[in-house]
Amino acid sequence: MDQGADGQVSKPAIVRFEGVEKRFGDHVAVAGVDLEVAEDEFFALLGPSGCGKTTLMRLLAGFEQPDAGRILLDGQDIAALPAHRRPVHMMFQSYALFPHLNVAQNIAFGLRRQGLAKAEVAPRVEEMLALVRLDGLARRKPDQLSGGQRQRVALARALAPRPRILLLDEPLAALDRKLREETQLELIALQRRLGLTFMIVTHDQDEAMVVADRMAVMQAGAIAQVGPPRDVYERPQSRYVAEFIGEVNIFPREDGALLAVRPEKLFIARQPNGHPAMGGTLSDIAYFGDRTRYVVETSAGPVRISCANDGLDTRGPLSVGDAVWVSHPPEAAVVLPS
Amino acid sequence: MKRGRSSLAAILPFLWLAVFFAFPFFLVAKLSLSDTALAIPPYTPRLDWSQGLAGVRAFLAGLDGETYARLTKDSLYLSAYLSSLRLAAEGSGLLLLIGYPIAYGISRCPPRVRQALVMAVILPFWTSFLIRIYAWIAILKPAGVLNAVLHVVGLPPLDILNTETAVLLGLVYAYLPFMVLPLYAVLDRQDESLIEAAQDLGATPLAAFWRVTFPLSLPGALAGALLCFIPMAGEFVIPDLLGGSDTLMLGRVIWTEFFADRDWPAASAVAIVLLATLVVPILLFERQQAKVLS
Repeated sequence: MDQGADGQVSKPAIVRFEGVEKRFGDHVAVAGVDLEVAEDEFFALLGPSGCGKTTLMRLLAGFEQPDAGRILLDGQDIAALPAHRRPVHMMFQSYALFPHLNVAQNIAFGLRRQGLAKAEVAPRVEEMLALVRLDGLARRKPDQLSGGQRQRVALARALAPRPRILLLDEPLAALDRKLREETQLELIALQRRLGLTFMIVTHDQDEAMVVADRMAVMQAGAIAQVGPPRDVYERPQSRYVAEFIGEVNIFPREDGALLAVRPEKLFIARQPNGHPAMGGTLSDIAYFGDRTRYVVETSAGPVRISCANDGLDTRGPLSVGDAVWVSHPPEAAVVLPS
Repeated sequence: MKRGRSSLAAILPFLWLAVFFAFPFFLVAKLSLSDTALAIPPYTPRLDWSQGLAGVRAFLAGLDGETYARLTKDSLYLSAYLSSLRLAAEGSGLLLLIGYPIAYGISRCPPRVRQALVMAVILPFWTSFLIRIYAWIAILKPAGVLNAVLHVVGLPPLDILNTETAVLLGLVYAYLPFMVLPLYAVLDRQDESLIEAAQDLGATPLAAFWRVTFPLSLPGALAGALLCFIPMAGEFVIPDLLGGSDTLMLGRVIWTEFFADRDWPAASAVAIVLLATLVVPILLFERQQAKVLS
């Protein structure tokens, strides 16, 4: 996908938030958000709970009305459209499956509301069941399904009426880690196959990085940074983003700015190795199999370093208490406003 | 120690049922199989313990289903029976029609208003049931409050006291909380995101109600309807105070047999028949409750 330096897309925007604001009493949930989501994009809204990401999604779905600003879908202001007339479907965090309807009836719900005849609904339901690999479970009630199966019914139900955009509200939060990771990959494959715009809300930075073409990191109702995961990770524009996405060491500079360096971009050695280096004492070693994490106490405070256990290093085994030098190539550091 | 206490806890409800349900039930059942007699108490046979086993045998031989046969011969019993069930059914239907919107309205209110409204539904229980039914006499009587209001508005007076209409009115009034509360319980517990999901999938608010809210509230509606139907079928006070001579309900028939005709076996037989009829809805209600609670 063509990307500008600021993370704006050159593909046509399917959704545009323009100065959108939403308050609940005194609480400002969404504070003047400008955002574009492109056609066929897998877009992630990422942030801690209470940052306004879910509210932003609910504004798009039509469950909330903005106090200011506009939301455009395919260039049209959708303020006047109630939720049931928006071609935007949502997969709820709780899945919100209708407990009195079986799997097929749940999936058919949106199709029936579109006025499709029964004869057209049945093959479409079959198609959806196959898509999410639930063939044979059509007659089951939601309470007879496992968590992973329910998640797929919710997905199929939201996809069945062919929305312009699929909204996913923390879709994998209820799954265990292994299933969650599998499902992330399935979601990506599904999105590519259907050529549909997906917008996911998540508090899990790993999930956002894995699935998203682009992501928006939110802070207190505002967008802190938008861009492809790689850009956001490698070139954070604020301390908040640097610290929210992955781990980071922050060093103050003489001019008052901050220097951010990711732990895996730091070298640890027994001697200075050419790059400007900081001396310190190794205070902690944690072995993770594929990598080892070190904490070095330096004059600038504790520094975290992550080294791949790729067998390529020549420094030999280190132990706690060793005097070591920490360095990084200059291009690994990002300058942040203080 | 702990075990002893838990088995005691298990026995208590059975003891309660034995003393206050099973024993009176067998007493009534036995009475219904006895013959009417001019004595005190007015029935035979009576168990004579002084005769020993022979007395018991004579007593058992004296029991018969003659009273039940008598019930089938007099059309009064059948019509009282049918009109009791009909009034209870009509009352339950009206209660559903009135109670559902009330329960739904309460469940849509903000939490603090909701609490106040639920309180308001329960509030009538703070005054005596009897007094509240007497109040209806004051409202419905020919020169009562209702007709005074009608007169002011310029409408012709209504003379409905001592009619079936007044009985239905009284039943609906008295049993409304029993309909509203179970309905409110299921509506209040309903997951808001289900309605949002329905609307998200293209259902208008009305369609979302009919396709999701309403079917999911049916267990509460059935629970409420049964909770009202069962006692209404045997209701005595309301038809006695608000009904006329033409309002035949089993509760009144039992009272008349027992106190006016002093025909204890007939009164007991009518009570047993009513109970037998209600066993089906009671079992239904129990099953429904188990489902709602699960």
